[in-house]
Order: sequence, then C-alpha cells, then structure tokens
Amino acid sequence: MILQVQHVTKRFGGLTAVNDVTFDLPKGQILGLIGPNGAGKTTLFNCINGVYSPTEGKIIFNGKDITGSPTYKAAALGLSRTHQIVRPLNELSVEQNVVVGACYGREKLGLRKATAVADEIMEFVGIRERADQLASSLNVAQKKRLEMARALAARPYLLLLDEVLAGLNTAEVSSMLDTIRNIRERGVTIIMIEHIMHAVMSLSDRIIVLNYGELIAAGTPDEVSQNPEVIEAYLGDPGLAAQLLEEERA
Amino acid sequence: MKRLRFPGLWITLILVIGVGIIPAINGSASLRESMFTILMSVALASSLNIILGYTGYVSFGHIVFFGVGGYLGFYVISQHGWNILPAMLVGGLSAAILAFLLGATVLRLRGAYFALATIGINEAMRALVINIPILGGPVGMEMHFSEYKKYGGPMQALWMVYWSVLIVTVLTIVVSYYVKKSKFGLGLMAIREDEDAAEVMGVVAPRAKTWAYVLSAIFPGIIGVLFFFKNGNIEPGDAFRLQFSIELIVMVMLGGAGTVLGPVIGSGIYQQLRKVLLTSPIFKNIQLAVAGFLLLLIILFIPSGAVGWLRSKSVKLRRVLE
Ligand SMILES: Nc1ncnc2c1ncn2[C@@H]1O[C@H](COP(=O)(O)OP(=O)(O)OP(=O)(O)O)[C@@H](O)[C@H]1O
Ligand SMILES: [Mg+2]
Repeated sequence: MILQVQHVTKRFGGLTAVNDVTFDLPKGQILGLIGPNGAGKTTLFNCINGVYSPTEGKIIFNGKDITGSPTYKAAALGLSRTHQIVRPLNELSVEQNVVVGACYGREKLGLRKATAVADEIMEFVGIRERADQLASSLNVAQKKRLEMARALAARPYLLLLDEVLAGLNTAEVSSMLDTIRNIRERGVTIIMIEHIMHAVMSLSDRIIVLNYGELIAAGTPDEVSQNPEVIEAYLGDPGLAAQLLEEERA
Repeated sequence: MKRLRFPGLWITLILVIGVGIIPAINGSASLRESMFTILMSVALASSLNIILGYTGYVSFGHIVFFGVGGYLGFYVISQHGWNILPAMLVGGLSAAILAFLLGATVLRLRGAYFALATIGINEAMRALVINIPILGGPVGMEMHFSEYKKYGGPMQALWMVYWSVLIVTVLTIVVSYYVKKSKFGLGLMAIREDEDAAEVMGVVAPRAKTWAYVLSAIFPGIIGVLFFFKNGNIEPGDAFRLQFSIELIVMVMLGGAGTVLGPVIGSGIYQQLRKVLLTSPIFKNIQLAVAGFLLLLIILFIPSGAVGWLRSKSVKLRRVLE
C-alpha cells in the first residue's frame, strides 16, 4: 500500500469536516474521490499532505507515519498535490514555478538538472510555450496545468489532484484527461477529486464517496454509481439521480 | 564577440567600484565622507533586500544588526586593543548569531506582526545596551586616539576604513547576486510569493527564512564596526536608530525590491536627495516625513521600484539588469 488513511477525523471547532475516514490505496491506481460540495474532500487532502494535522487518526505513506508532519516533509517523501484554488507564484516565470517543484521535490535536484526536468514536464503538460511568461499572466486552464506541472516536477510517488478539470471547457477537459492517463502510465499513483462524473468514472480504478465528512461508499465506478446512498447524497432524489447518471454515461 | 556572462552582476559591480574609486583620484576628504555614506547604505540596503526583497519579510528594525555588530566590534577595539579585521569578524558573527537565534521565533510571524517584532527587537537591544556598564551604558564608548596610530595615523585610518567599506560593499553585492541566482534564492522567492504553496512544493520555509535572515545580518554587523571605528565613539541612540532603518526600506523600495541593482541605485538616489534636504532650511526638520511620503508614492505608483520598472519595459533590459 502506498497510502493508508486510518480513522482520520478533522474538526473545525464544532464542525466535523472529515469523520472517521479509513481507506487503503494500492500503488499504481487512480482513486476517485467524490462527494457533494462541502463534503470534506479538500480537507481530507489537507490532512493527507500535512496542511492540517488531523484531530484523530493516522496517515501512513509508503509505510511511514506522516500524521501531522509539515507539508514539505510529505513533498520530500514523494507526495505532491495541486490546489483547487490555484496558487501560482505570480511574480515568477512559469518555468521558475516548475523549477521550484523539481528543486525541492522528492529528488531535490540542483538548478541545472531541475531546469532540464522542468523543460520536459512543461512540454508534457503543454505549457512549454509559456515558459518565460509570468505565472500571473496565465489563464485559468493554464494555471491548472501549471499546478500539475509543479507537482509532477517533484517526481512524486503519489499525486493528489484537487478538481483539475473544474472551469475547463470540453476540449480542455478531454486533453487534461489524456494528460492524467499519461501520468498514471509513468507509474504515479493518483487520487483525484472531481465533480465531472463521466471523467472520474472513466479514469478511476476505484472510487470513494464522502458525504458530510463520512465515507459512505467505496468500490469500482460501476458499483458506486449504482449505490442508492450515493445517488441520494448527490441529489436527494434517487430516481432523478439514476436518470442523470444514465445520461452521463450515454 | 563573446557575450559577457552574468551582465547583471558586472554592471552593478562596475558602477559601485567606478564611483567608489573617485575619492581616491582627487583625494578629497569631503567627497570620501559622502561616498562612505553612500557605500555603507548600498551594503545595508542590499543586505536588507535579501530578507525584504527576496523573501518578502519586512524587517523594519534591521538596523539592530548594524548596532549590535558595531557595539561588539567597537568594544573589542576600544577596550581590548583588537585590530580592525578581527573586530569586523566579531561584528559580522555576532549579528549573524543574533539573527539565527531570533530567526527561529520571529520568522514564524507573518506580515505586519513580523515587522512590529523587528522594531521591538531593535528597541530591546537598545535598552539592553544602555544597561550594560562595560559597553558604556547610556553614554556609550570612545575610541582612544592611539587605536588610529596603528594604521599610521587618523588620516590613513580613514582611508583604510574607506577601502574596507568598498570591499565589504562589493562582497555584499556578489552575495546578493549569487543568492538571487541560486536554488536557495529561488526557494526564498517562492516563499515571498506564497509561503504555504512553497512548503507544499517542499521548500523548508523555516530553515530557508532563517538562513536568509542570517545572511542579511552579517554585512550590516561588519559595516557597523567600520562606521563606529571611523566615528570615534558609539552610543545607543546612534547604533539603534530606527529612522535609519526606515530610510533603508525606502532605498530598497525606491531602487527595486528583489533586484540586485535596485538597492544600489536606490541608496545613491536617496542619499543625494537627503543631502539636498538636509541643506535646505525648509526641509531640514522634516526629512523623515519626506522619506515616508516618498515610500508611499513608490508603493502606490512604482511598487517594483526603478529597476523593476525598467525591467518590465523591455526584454533587453531584463537580460542585462538583475
Ligand atoms: N480552515 C477551515 N476552517 C473552518 N472550516 C473549514 C475549513 N476548511 C474547510 N472547512 C469546512 O469544512 C467543510 C468541508 O470543506 P471542504 O473544502 O473540505 O469541502 P469539499 O468537499 O472540498 O467541497 P468542494 O467540493 O466545494 O470543494 C466545509 O463545511 C467547510 O466550510
Ligand atoms: Mg474542495
């Protein structure tokens, strides 16, 4: 197992954002993480990579207990992520942004090697032509790709993708999906949070579902999409939900 | 013709050394004195730039390192008859150690809290020194005339100090340049842009910030020793003058925070301006108000400073100006 999440709970004052979540993630898979708005998905990511220290529970990454250790430790061990709300280093160039990822990620490369890696990753992710632009000058779709490039430049074992498809148009979505498939082919394990159903369903090996902080279902895309509890969580009306899911699949 | 490597460094160094040797050519003591002030400001502003411009932490009371280094260096010279060179080491080292010890605590604060804490540190050090009798307490210390004789008399000592300050300034600029161009510097700039995101990418921010703070303290500590040795006496009010700290921030912002050339240009312009203000009867008493107003104008209209503005104007300039 590359990642073990054991009974993780995160409370903010009176609000339990993540409630006793447990799952294991084998190496090489794509795990879809879905759930309605405010279900606690991003909070779970934040607990995994150390932005928050979980109130209870444990995070084990590659056999190491990393519960509550700082984000840079997770990065050094090979755990990278993107942010739902993009966080470009605005006054640095696109290339510099990616070089930071390569310099300080798992391999801790020197500047020269990091620049070579950054070049390759920018090409792979499709932002090479923008290398010399300031990160602040990119549009949303490009900023999402920059997030991804920075995370990949760290050469992670596990990549957490938080809604990288949100806000993209249809063409951008399908090209991003290809990129994600290619990342998996490089042997990187992925957890992706996504609201666009057909995308998660087609990419994921397995899916877990959060609702009000609780893990309410886990299984293959087919199993999960037929689970009445999941359907209800999403729409409150199982009939309508089933119909919508059918349409999505068609 | 082979393209010059590191043009940004050479342009800055040639400018500083070129201007720095002018007093030697005409041998004018008054020119040397005003050049001393400018060079000293360049070294202090360039040092401040490492933490302020590269890392994005507004060290408001940065003059504390000048004061502490100056005091300890002055002490070993005037009370123990040390030579200036080891005294400079004492000054630089003591400032570095202070920065290292403070780094772990104050650098956890962000934004205005950090700025306020650095002011507090400066005031605390001033109060501390006032209460240490061997450092002369509130009246400070005097340098005995005989200390200058070691260098062939006061005249020669003044020139020696001048050349030393030029060398230290050049070193500061070289360090500033290499920090900016290094992996370490890239980490600092990542922290400046978004500290949390930088950490998520693996930058060990607490460690990087501490070393940036230490680096930005060393040269002010050394400069403090040179300044007060030349001055002949040291007292708490001169060593921990917050006003000078504020002026340094103006210099960095005026020239361009986060650039290598910026603090150099900024110090030059500001010190020229200050000279004009000081000799003008109208502005003499409100020069700090003028500095504050200037800072406001810069932040409102050219937040990237003169060099930042030039760099944004053309690709060619961006290649040669750092
Ligand atoms: N730092 C915080 N302090 C207080 N409450 C928080 C904090 N972060 C998240 N929350 C709350 O925790 C709950 C879960 O939020 P989270 O961002 O994890 O949801 P999400 O599943 O990612 O939603 P979305 O799909 O909209 O991104 C929400 O009610 C949110 O308001
Ligand atoms: Mg979210």
